[in-house]
Amino acid sequence: MSTDTLTIRPDRPGRTGRSARSARRAELAREHARRRDLVLGGGRGPRIAALTALVVLTVLWLTPMLWGLATSFKAESDAISLPLTLFPESGFTLEQYSSLFAASNVQMWMFNSLLIAALVTVFTLAVAAPAAFAMSRMAFRGRAALMIVTVAAIVVPPQLLIVPLFQQMVSLNLVDTYPAVILPQLVAPIIVFILKRFFDAVPKELDEAARMDGASYWKLFTSVILPLSRPILAAAAIFVFISAWNNYLWPFIVTTDPALMTLPVGIPNILDSYGTFYASQLAASMIAAAPMIIVFMLFQRQIVSSVATTGITGQ
Amino acid sequence: MSAPTDTTPATPGTRADSRAPQPRPGPALRLWRRVPDSPLSFLLPFLLVYALFLFWPLLSGLWMSFTDTALNGAGGTFVGPDNYTEALGDPLVWKTLGNTVLFTVVTTVPLVVVALAMAVLVHTGMPGQWLWRLSFFMPFLLPVATVALVWQFLYVDDFGLFNQVLRAFGMEGLGWLNDDGVALWSVALTTVWWTVGFNFLLYLAALQSIPDHLYEAAALDGAGAWARLWYVTVPQLRGITVVVVLLQVLASMKVFDQIYLMTGGGPGDSSRSLLLYIYDVGFTGYRFGFGAAVSYLFLAIVLVVAAVQLWITTRRKA
Repeated sequence: MSTDTLTIRPDRPGRTGRSARSARRAELAREHARRRDLVLGGGRGPRIAALTALVVLTVLWLTPMLWGLATSFKAESDAISLPLTLFPESGFTLEQYSSLFAASNVQMWMFNSLLIAALVTVFTLAVAAPAAFAMSRMAFRGRAALMIVTVAAIVVPPQLLIVPLFQQMVSLNLVDTYPAVILPQLVAPIIVFILKRFFDAVPKELDEAARMDGASYWKLFTSVILPLSRPILAAAAIFVFISAWNNYLWPFIVTTDPALMTLPVGIPNILDSYGTFYASQLAASMIAAAPMIIVFMLFQRQIVSSVATTGITGQ
Repeated sequence: MSAPTDTTPATPGTRADSRAPQPRPGPALRLWRRVPDSPLSFLLPFLLVYALFLFWPLLSGLWMSFTDTALNGAGGTFVGPDNYTEALGDPLVWKTLGNTVLFTVVTTVPLVVVALAMAVLVHTGMPGQWLWRLSFFMPFLLPVATVALVWQFLYVDDFGLFNQVLRAFGMEGLGWLNDDGVALWSVALTTVWWTVGFNFLLYLAALQSIPDHLYEAAALDGAGAWARLWYVTVPQLRGITVVVVLLQVLASMKVFDQIYLMTGGGPGDSSRSLLLYIYDVGFTGYRFGFGAAVSYLFLAIVLVVAAVQLWITTRRKA
């Protein structure tokens, strides 16, 4: 599978072979070398300074996570023994992980997290994309007002709605159900706004031609606009998926049944019942983090462009 | 999901032909005939979801803030502005608002400065690009439960890594999460580590759009690395810095998750943010009406801050 199909530039050919990829890598290396000369000049001093600073920052930023990761592979007694050593006396062990998978709800929470994040992603786009299309392409009364309300909604902190939302779920009898976790997360005005901006940039000549041929708006939307918007849809999907996976407050409030919890909600929960067993806690938090790390490895460039687009247009 | 027919309205990535649509009506077209081709049919799911899960809670919360509603839905008697007057006279509202402002300041400054430094360094094109990006941005993708647990372990008094390092240098260990003068700062430090990657990427994207000819001109003038940084790179980043600061202030004001998990607002109320107080009042104090009133006061503050920021940015452009 090539990740190149999802870049922001739609004109890139779909499949990239191995040789094309290594050529791209070489091109990238040349580009970096050129930038080094431009930004730093030819001297050695600035290069050494920049590299030193990068290494120091990287060590600082990697240490917390690596320390946690190493501890999660230690026996409990080694995790809290002094003096601190990276390499434990009794060697590294998988026992924290195997006992977590054997005795807790970790698999179930992993399933819930995946299901909920996937459904939130699909439904958020299914709600936002047609609405953004209508705001971008169709004339109707109240369009300007709808746009203003959408932009204003971006500023409302979702955390403020938890009290009334929870009451709403109580009165709808939805507490401790998947719909209760998922539905309020579909409100993502920033996504509507971003998609509308992207649709606005698609040349109108394309849809005028289609409309001349008698195509309906739905046909125009599904066969012209959506295929051209694949890169922005991918960026938006990644953004929504990550937020949904990491969402803590709402799933935490609306689920009390362990069978419905997501990973981030469930994991601090087992810890309370286990007492303070640090190595075991850290193993659980590594399990919660692993899917995001894998997603990052697979979609690094898409995530980078996703943050750049969502963040900058986030105004 | 790339079925050749367009059967679902919003499947991203349907591999449909992007040229003019075929005149021959396929099965998909027949399906579309049944969906009215009006703006309302495009907007209906959006209007429904936003009405139910944004506007209804906003309005019912506003109503609730004028009542004495409790968690079980009991009460609900209209009490006028009582909740608001009580909130304005509640010392804990002011204390937690102060904590929120302090947290916003002490996170925003490093989250902008460190992100800028990281982006400028990575932008120099030094080898190892993949590693730099991974280590600076990765924490942003971690669930808050992971971040809280890893840092709680680093902050443990006796065998925590931080205190061990401090003691190795002959200094006294800190009560990172137990000392009421330190706890908020510790959570702020964790937050900087966790979220700096987002701002880093915003800066990196902005750096990549600086035109080469500016550097070439500086090189012709004999500018060294520092001069290029100060006279070419930094001035070009003014616009994005405004954006980053705006986003960061609004994000920091909403702090809840990491405080809730790491300190629970303690010791005492020393690290309690306003949102945490709203949660406490509503869900542990069972006073939904009062909680809603504090929520609306907070929303008013957020809107004022957003409006001020908007005014500053538009004035800057004019």
